[in-house]
Amino acid sequence: MRSDLATASRIPGVLRYPQITTIAALAAAGFRRYATYRQATAASIFTNSVFGFLRCYVLLAVAKSTASLTAGGYAQDQLATYCWASQGLLGMVMLWGWTELGDRIRTGDVVSDLMRPLHPVISYLAVDLGRAAHAATTRFVLPMVTGAIFFDLYDPRRIATYPLFVVSAALGVVVCFACRYLVNAAGFWLLDIRGIMMIWTFGTAVLTGLAFPLHFLPSGLVTALWVLTPFPSIMQAPLDVLVEHGSAPVQLGVIAGQAAWAAVLLGICWHVQRRAERRLVIQGG
Amino acid sequence: MYRRRGVYRRLGVYRRLVGAQVRSHSAYRASFAIDLATNALIPIIDLIAVLAMFQVTRTLGGFDIVQVLVMYALAATSFAIADLAVGNIERIRFYVRQGLLDAVLVRPLSALGQLLAVDFTIRRVARIAVVLVVLSLAVSRAGVDWTPGRVALIVIAPLSGAVFFSALFVGTATVAFWWIESGEFANAFTYGGRDFTSYPITVYSGFFRRVFAFSLGFAFVGYYPALTLLGMTDPLGLPSWAGWLSPLVSMAAAGVAGLVWRLGIRHYRSTGS
Repeated sequence: MRSDLATASRIPGVLRYPQITTIAALAAAGFRRYATYRQATAASIFTNSVFGFLRCYVLLAVAKSTASLTAGGYAQDQLATYCWASQGLLGMVMLWGWTELGDRIRTGDVVSDLMRPLHPVISYLAVDLGRAAHAATTRFVLPMVTGAIFFDLYDPRRIATYPLFVVSAALGVVVCFACRYLVNAAGFWLLDIRGIMMIWTFGTAVLTGLAFPLHFLPSGLVTALWVLTPFPSIMQAPLDVLVEHGSAPVQLGVIAGQAAWAAVLLGICWHVQRRAERRLVIQGG
Repeated sequence: MYRRRGVYRRLGVYRRLVGAQVRSHSAYRASFAIDLATNALIPIIDLIAVLAMFQVTRTLGGFDIVQVLVMYALAATSFAIADLAVGNIERIRFYVRQGLLDAVLVRPLSALGQLLAVDFTIRRVARIAVVLVVLSLAVSRAGVDWTPGRVALIVIAPLSGAVFFSALFVGTATVAFWWIESGEFANAFTYGGRDFTSYPITVYSGFFRRVFAFSLGFAFVGYYPALTLLGMTDPLGLPSWAGWLSPLVSMAAAGVAGLVWRLGIRHYRSTGS
């Protein structure tokens, strides 16, 4: 089924012009596909907005009941921006609910992915980036507008924060994609990934900074989580960049950490994919 | 006499459906044990989120950590019981979209009963066990002045809260009959509601509090029963026995949800699917 020639053309380091236009086309296709899910997007925006209200009130109440009126190093307007942006980013990185690769493994459709000239990790990533671009215009913007109407949000003081946030959010999307890809790729071995998906869903609710800013925890624990796990790089990092938690070098360091995790995880994805293909047993012929 | 026999026979069918689900889920012992352990972790992760708030403050909305944990535990127990009993109703939007609901409607049993019995997930009992432990720990640390009324309340409040959340699950799931791609719309009220009731409602303000706490009735799941148990006065002015309104609120919610469900099923049938 696989020839050495096919393998050579799928090595990611060798990107040629036809592959770049394919990647662009896949990203555009991902954008268009998710743009058609209008009702699901609307429902998502509504739910994220309700959760934005819930989390915002709780975080503001936490800050108001401290002596310094701050919590974890965040002022109240920073906390408000944090929680509304976290609800927006939740849709943008698509933290939960992606089982496409796992479903294709279970039904055997993944075989057609393996026969294509582009490496599956790259093709799925391209589609995901297109999806994230669409989500940035809808699922991120609208909850932020809702938050801005009802609460005092934080205005970034440094002009560099805006482009840095865009970069950081994009890296967060890539890190999240790689994690989701690995969770789904467990289906090559386990077939039924529901247990892992449940652990992923509930673990990421806490460890990405979604339920509460990770800086509420003791600083040693936060550093350990940041360095040893990719989860803070998915959402806590872009959120810290946005609310300027820390000085400008800290922002750049956070982004560098995200880039490192993105590279490491994509490498692991590529490696896992190769191992999976070696032991792949196709169900149903 | 024949109608009574029919009821018993239908109940027997549900019992067998649920029994079949339980047997099939527990058939593979090792993976069932892992499922139970994973489900037991889930309330612990929620608890971590609540505890993290108290890493940076001593009080929240005017209540200390033990009092907030009592509210959280009451809400979490209610939600866990409702999730076990009725949580599968969320899947109705997949059935509607794939046209599988028609097979459910053709059978001589009630649609709601079938949807609940066929997808029954026994492993969720692990969540109930864990939150009951949290509830007993929180209540014992809170130093409750036990009267017969309060002993009754601590049994009744989670059960009536479970009825409330079940009504919420069913009511919000019916949106799938009208709005095919409703996606996560219901989650705003079910999981959002659970998050709402985990904290004292003094944390929220304005229009949002009025809608969620009083119009929808979420304040009577965790906050007011906890105040009645702890013997505290409500900063918002309701009397100290307000916790006992919880069963009334739940029954009203159940009535509304049943009505909405019947309307939904009739609408689905009449659109000639």
